[in-house]
Amino acid sequence: MRDFLVVWSERALLLKGLGNTIVLSLAATIAALVLGALGALVLMTTKSAYRLPFAGFVDAMRCVPFLLFAYIVYYGLPSLGLNLDNWSAGLAALTIYNTAYMAEILRGAWVAQPADPIDAGYAFGFTGLGHFRRIVLPPLLLSAAPVVGNQIIQIVKDSAFLTVIALPELTHAASSIQSRHYIPFAAFITAVLLYWTLCLVIEAGVAAIGRVAEARR
Amino acid sequence: MSTADIFAILQGAVTTASLSGVAILLGLPLGLLLALTRWANIPIVAPLVTVYVSILRATPLVTLLLLLFFALPNIGVPIGAISAAVLALTMNTSAFNCEVWRAGLMSFPKDQYEAAQSVGMQAGQRLRRIVLPQVARACLPGLVNEMSLLIKVTPVLAVVGVVDITRAAVRIGAETYEPLPPFFVALAIYLPIVYAIVCLQRLTERRLARAEAE
Repeated sequence: MRDFLVVWSERALLLKGLGNTIVLSLAATIAALVLGALGALVLMTTKSAYRLPFAGFVDAMRCVPFLLFAYIVYYGLPSLGLNLDNWSAGLAALTIYNTAYMAEILRGAWVAQPADPIDAGYAFGFTGLGHFRRIVLPPLLLSAAPVVGNQIIQIVKDSAFLTVIALPELTHAASSIQSRHYIPFAAFITAVLLYWTLCLVIEAGVAAIGRVAEARR
Repeated sequence: MSTADIFAILQGAVTTASLSGVAILLGLPLGLLLALTRWANIPIVAPLVTVYVSILRATPLVTLLLLLFFALPNIGVPIGAISAAVLALTMNTSAFNCEVWRAGLMSFPKDQYEAAQSVGMQAGQRLRRIVLPQVARACLPGLVNEMSLLIKVTPVLAVVGVVDITRAAVRIGAETYEPLPPFFVALAIYLPIVYAIVCLQRLTERRLARAEAE
């Protein structure tokens, strides 16, 4: 119990780590959703010159461990002359990796959508990006919400991997508290409970979106 | 990068494959056991399992691994890097497997279960002969998918000093000051392994869809 008091005395460090985890996950989620929506558009086009390379990228990302990908972005890019600090490298790795997953999730939901409203959109004179943004995307996001929610939880968990490139997120903060005071149990259990809380919040958000989707049906 | 370096990465691949293999073999029955306690709604145990699964599904593997590796010796349970790695992987994958198994059990048609009851089958018999063969087939795609997720989190084991594929590649990169070539060797090992599992998953999905259509 005394150990938890030590963790409490270090709450500033832990909260900063939690804040960084939230900022990182939120930024990566928004970026990956926007890019993934455009990616879904590319995956659904009939022009194979665009579709095939992007489909290859999506398949490759689904086969690569995130940590290896983060290492390649962090250590590999400087040897190509692109120098990134650990924040930009971590955020870039999270975003690019999850763009592939979001694109695939949205594509899967798109295929399952009824064709009539989409055709009706064309009949009303919507074309191209405007048609996608106003007709296709809104019901798509609502129906894909549960799977997207799971992926956001995945992003939160993936962000913990970035502790290996010394990004000061939640696990990194717990790690430094443990090494400073040698209270591994209290430090990491606190981190685990904070991750759990984050996931419960995300799940509650998804459930709320689900209710909106149900009401609109 | 020399031949010896490539050999070192291949050795890491053996570590990755054996640790994942052990965790898969332990995690499948353990996940089923957890799912069965929830399905049977055993008092006290079932709610505990629910909370356990919910927490584990939300915990990043790094955090779980660091917790086990540092905290267990602290409370008098000596644990090495390899055992901590196997334990963390198994706990993690059994929680996800539990959800897959549970979804399968929940959608099992009740009339069949009652039919088995009415011809006088014991609980164990009903489970072994009626429920499990069908539920296992229905759960297979989800379970295989979880295997590919498991392999994709194994690079994390390096934080406690397990030398897997990724760790071996990082080490060689640090020695030669050329990180990209060893990373690409590592990629060339992961891609076929995970791709094979993804193909296996699609195959099981197709077979299931065909079986349901008949």
